[in-house]
Amino acid sequence: MAKQKFMHFLGCIIPHRYPSIEKAARLVFADLGIELLDMEKASCCPAPGVFGSFDRVTWATIAARNLTIAEEAGHNITTGCNGCFASLWDANHELKHDDELRDAVNENLATIDRVFKGTVEVTHYVDALYSVAGLEKIRETITRPFDGVRMALHPGCHWMRPKNIKQKDDSERPHIFRDICEASGATYVPYKDELICCGAGGAVRTADVKTALDFTKQKFDSLLEAGGADIIVTPCPFCELQLDLGQVEIQKHFEAEYHFDIMHVVELLALAFGHEPEEFGLATHLQYMQRKNEPAWQVLGIERPTADDASASE
Amino acid sequence: MTSAEEKVPIDIDNVDHEFVALIKKAGGPNIQSCFQCGTCSGSCPAGARTNYLVRGIIRKALLGLKEECISSPELWFCTTCYTCTDRCPQDVQPTEVIKAIRNIAVQSGYMLAPHQKVALNVLKTGHAVPLGGETWEKLRQKVGLETRPPNASSHPDAIEEIVKLAKASGFDKLVAEKEEKKE
Ligand code: SF4
Ligand code: SF4
Repeated sequence: MAKQKFMHFLGCIIPHRYPSIEKAARLVFADLGIELLDMEKASCCPAPGVFGSFDRVTWATIAARNLTIAEEAGHNITTGCNGCFASLWDANHELKHDDELRDAVNENLATIDRVFKGTVEVTHYVDALYSVAGLEKIRETITRPFDGVRMALHPGCHWMRPKNIKQKDDSERPHIFRDICEASGATYVPYKDELICCGAGGAVRTADVKTALDFTKQKFDSLLEAGGADIIVTPCPFCELQLDLGQVEIQKHFEAEYHFDIMHVVELLALAFGHEPEEFGLATHLQYMQRKNEPAWQVLGIERPTADDASASE
Repeated sequence: MTSAEEKVPIDIDNVDHEFVALIKKAGGPNIQSCFQCGTCSGSCPAGARTNYLVRGIIRKALLGLKEECISSPELWFCTTCYTCTDRCPQDVQPTEVIKAIRNIAVQSGYMLAPHQKVALNVLKTGHAVPLGGETWEKLRQKVGLETRPPNASSHPDAIEEIVKLAKASGFDKLVAEKEEKKE
């Protein structure tokens, strides 16, 4: 079988705020024999909350511009962000089904000599991991299982919802994201509010961070009621930011203190595949940078990186 | 955070009969299927902590209370989690209805300053969250990546394309005009 290739859509938060996710993705997909191609000149997806709420045609136009980059290259897209996935997948879907929107968008795109053709599909890392690599291949690649580590999940919203349109998983009882994460060997910890939103989306975090954090706090409290967990795993950098940096912000806004290590699913897999945390900079998550602390290495069963300034010069 | 005390009764004589059609066109085509069961609000994590009531906004919209809907600050508490959309027995797709009403609100000048800033970021840098200064370039170096990613952050011509698109769709004016209004 020819090597599977994807146009790698980075978005904003991964490359600009959580580059450890970008690096981890490169490691994980290389290990799985999937090639990620740089998507030169891609822009913001654009942010579905703000752009989708401001002007649907502009939102679809900017998303379509990104889609044309992949169409020109002739490969499907994959992205590690639920928000980017929401914009690109939804726009691709709507443009393929709504002629009026497509005409309006192509009229705009004509000003930069581009045209939306509708020839590629948009996937999330979750799809690439589950449907292209497959659980078996993931299990085979694991050399450092997270035995005994208590793992809670935050699947987030936009990969699987709206369920009738996305047709990915049952959004009331999803299992795909969990199956991937459980392949790491960690023990799944259910909690009541696992499936509620982190609070960041829909342009809410931008408008009113305290209200957004109130969602996050509810999730943390729900998880503590369920006995707590050593890590929370998510497939989205915006959720990761909200859960990770959010702990520092919650401390300011609510005088409540939480200490959870947060990982993107590709960070979890990079470690499980035997990569050292300093290879992708796990300790650069913003909560650690701001609190001047580190992941709970011992709990994770990972030896503490020796050099304090763990740089990834390989 | 209930605000029942502050609310004056709605003025049913002041309705806009075009509003529902406008919403349907702006991206909420199923709004008229709503039979007010309340499943959406019962499922809504935003409504659980704020005075945002998605069912109420849909009802007001169906009555033609345009100004009430587009001027209400709580319209912006929906996180677009789509839980209501997955549970609505009438396939109203409340999330899409809310986004459509937001589109109309923005056209009428109701735009929050922080959102406008995010929109302008995209026109200036190609990204809602721009790479920013040296701190962030160093963070990328620290994890073993090139200082600037291969997106618009290292391609000024990509930003030019975005600016042209915003001009073509009228988005530049939409976000800029409000800037003047604010002064
Ligand atoms: S769940 Fe659907 S039908 Fe019921 S009130 Fe909400 S929008 Fe209307
Ligand atoms: S999409 Fe918006 S209105 Fe619907 S449940 Fe989520 S926050 Fe509430």
